[in-house]
Amino acid sequence: MTKEERLKKRHRAEKRFRFYGLSSIVVALLFVIILVNNIFSKGSSAFMKTVINVEVFFDPELIEIKNGATEDEILSADFFDITIETLLKSYPTKNIDEEDGLIDLFTTDAEIEIKKAFLDNNNLIGKKINLEITASDDIDQLHKGNYPRDLPEDRRRISNFQLEIYDNFVESNKIDKNFNNYFFNNGDSRDPELAGIGGALVGSFYSILICLLLAFPVAVLASIYLEEFAPKNKITDFIEININNLAAVPSIVYGLLALQILLATIQLPRSTPLVAGITLALMTLPRIIIPCRASLKAVPPSIREGALAVGASKFQSVFHHVVPLALPGTLSGTIIGLAQALGETAPLILIGMVAFVVDIPSTPVDPSSSLPVQVYLWSESAERGFVEKTSATIMMLLSFLIVMNILAVYLRQKFEKRWN
Amino acid sequence: MNFVLIFLITIFSLSLFFYGRSKTKSISVENNIKLNALPKFYGYYLVLWCSIPALVFLLVWSLFEPVIIKTIIIETAANQGAIFNDTNEANLIYEKIKAIHLGTYFGDIDSILKESAISYAKFINLFTNSKIVLIFGIIIASVIYSLKKIKNNNKAREDVETILKGLLFVSSLIAILTTLGIIFSLLFESIKFFSVINIFDYLFGTSWSPQKAFVRDASAITADEYEELKDAFGFIPLIAGTSFIAFIAMLVAVPIGLFSGIYMAEYASMKVRRVSKPIIEILAGIPTVVYGFFAALTVGPFFRQLGESFGLTVSSESALAAGLIMGIMIIPYVSSLSDDVINSVPQSLRDGSYAVGATKSETIKQVVIPAALPGIIGSVLLAVSRAIGETMIVVMAAGLAANLTINPLDSTTTITTQIVMILVGDQEFDSPKTQSAFALGLTLFIATLILNFIAQRAVKKYREKYD
Repeated sequence: MTKEERLKKRHRAEKRFRFYGLSSIVVALLFVIILVNNIFSKGSSAFMKTVINVEVFFDPELIEIKNGATEDEILSADFFDITIETLLKSYPTKNIDEEDGLIDLFTTDAEIEIKKAFLDNNNLIGKKINLEITASDDIDQLHKGNYPRDLPEDRRRISNFQLEIYDNFVESNKIDKNFNNYFFNNGDSRDPELAGIGGALVGSFYSILICLLLAFPVAVLASIYLEEFAPKNKITDFIEININNLAAVPSIVYGLLALQILLATIQLPRSTPLVAGITLALMTLPRIIIPCRASLKAVPPSIREGALAVGASKFQSVFHHVVPLALPGTLSGTIIGLAQALGETAPLILIGMVAFVVDIPSTPVDPSSSLPVQVYLWSESAERGFVEKTSATIMMLLSFLIVMNILAVYLRQKFEKRWN
Repeated sequence: MNFVLIFLITIFSLSLFFYGRSKTKSISVENNIKLNALPKFYGYYLVLWCSIPALVFLLVWSLFEPVIIKTIIIETAANQGAIFNDTNEANLIYEKIKAIHLGTYFGDIDSILKESAISYAKFINLFTNSKIVLIFGIIIASVIYSLKKIKNNNKAREDVETILKGLLFVSSLIAILTTLGIIFSLLFESIKFFSVINIFDYLFGTSWSPQKAFVRDASAITADEYEELKDAFGFIPLIAGTSFIAFIAMLVAVPIGLFSGIYMAEYASMKVRRVSKPIIEILAGIPTVVYGFFAALTVGPFFRQLGESFGLTVSSESALAAGLIMGIMIIPYVSSLSDDVINSVPQSLRDGSYAVGATKSETIKQVVIPAALPGIIGSVLLAVSRAIGETMIVVMAAGLAANLTINPLDSTTTITTQIVMILVGDQEFDSPKTQSAFALGLTLFIATLILNFIAQRAVKKYREKYD
């Protein structure tokens, strides 16, 4: 091998090496794109729901209340007969099986929707109105194109007769897509068309709020102590080792801690945002302390010395000068810590947030779900409709995380002073 | 009740602030003496003395009150003739008594429950009243003490600073308390578990199926039953599955992470770096439940179809899918840490290598990486500890049955999956099954602790070498 050949070989090796590096970055970026694209393509349809336009006739014979009834009377009145009548009139049926098939095209909450329409304008007795009633999950998925209709009938959840009705509805323009208000307002439900993330949103909000209220002050005070006041001794070293180790403890261990201490020993109520918030706060604390200390450390000693030189006490130099300068870094570290806490699932599962909660929690001590736990719960469900619901929940979760991270970066870039 | 008390304490403390400030001002004017501190510090001093002892007392009281009341009530119920065999039944009766007291119980109420509910109400009342009295006692005592101090013109600023410094110290102690809490809660249940199952049978048993272990009286287990129980709690399949999935994850994460770290540190221009680094770090910011969903619903079925087209049987919960996705999640941990480590290799080493005619890749391979090796190994170990502690991906994408297998297309389970599976849903407290979850947690905690310790030592040693 001549000198030139060897050199060429070495240069080829150089190029190859460089290519490996570049391609691994590209692969990593590709994963991000595939993941995000996959979630978005599955989830974006969940923000719309399929509705079927029907004509409701408030037949005085089928309803026991009169025009001008009070709200309480309407709420306790039975609208079941009217609902069935309305749904059956929407398409001609021959026998009871076909009737059942027709009724199954609509949501199980059709009665409530009709009642709501009546509540909005309670002079409707004896009148006809056109109302858009939410379609059942199967029709919803079929209309969104997520459901294969070319399967043989016995492997399909929708019968041929139901398909025929659906096609007829589509032709006569009775089927429409509306904004899915249920997805944002409702709690969990066994019926995908009624299930929403309202409860999970409130639960997550309370958990993160409690986490912030507990973790932020303690983390800031602890990092001020360690950075500014702590003497160099064994206790300080021990605290530092503890913090570093806690930051790397798997999150599920915090779930076990919460189960044993918060639920079994102190007897706090299970499945509540209160317990979730405390657990997340314990978990987030070391993760906030580390960036807080870094930002305190970044304040140059001349600031402290200047304050001391004009007669400030150690405390005054720290609290009047160092802490305000370190605040942007502290806040952005806290927000990133909270963003991690928001996505945390495993410890919340252990403290019982996987319970099926229909009601939207009104206080932090009501049983509740949270966004990531809702993702876990729905992803275990068999119904096709929950796949898009899960993806849409992930989209909501990711957008919160993006907003929080952007806020953290903004705070740091806008307000942090560069010292050199 | 507690909220009212906290509110009252706050209001009272705030008013004391203004009182203390104006009082010391007027004292200094009347007696024409020079104060030792600014008037507001006397206010702060009063506030701290008024609020801290009372709040600490309230916190401690609220922590212990439910436990104490529960013990007392269960005991009185037992004295009155209520029968319960274990803690579960005792808890149930206690819940019933509580529900009767709150008026939310609709089952049959016998005389024992009724009596207990009345005594429960009595105790609640007693505890609440004594709480209020004690808190006011504490407030009055500490306020009298601190008022006396400020009348004597103490060095209020120094005193306030000493108290605050104590507060800072206590905040930093919370980290130690959390560690102690973790160790205590894991050990407490684990010791109970190991008193039933021999620790060596647990560590070296080759079969794991906790669903076989029914609740039984732990104190009276015959030798035959023990053999059966022992077979339910063998740790080997779990550690094998965990290491296997972690190994697959590292096969993905280490090459990709390391090469992108090297590229980022050595080749990429500032511009490329500024864009690609945060994008790769997005991978670390995505919640793991999202990866789990992706692995379970997209990657798992995709691999199964792919395998079918090659005539292979691939489990839809294959170790491969879980490991691959976990590897993707870990890429940024490896890449950003090794990027940092490589960046801190001194430039002079590179320059020396270039000077003798090495190309850039030769310099990286033969100079930079050997120099950075301890740091890189440290970052890989941190990534391994991340992988074995990862929960959601494996809960959603890996299997539930503990198979001892090295076939990546087969399903296998992990420590974290089993913890979740045991503790989700109905728990029987005091059964070996529930306790085994804590034993698993303890094992996991110790394993990650050792890995982190070694990794941090390695990184620190390496840093010291070049700083």
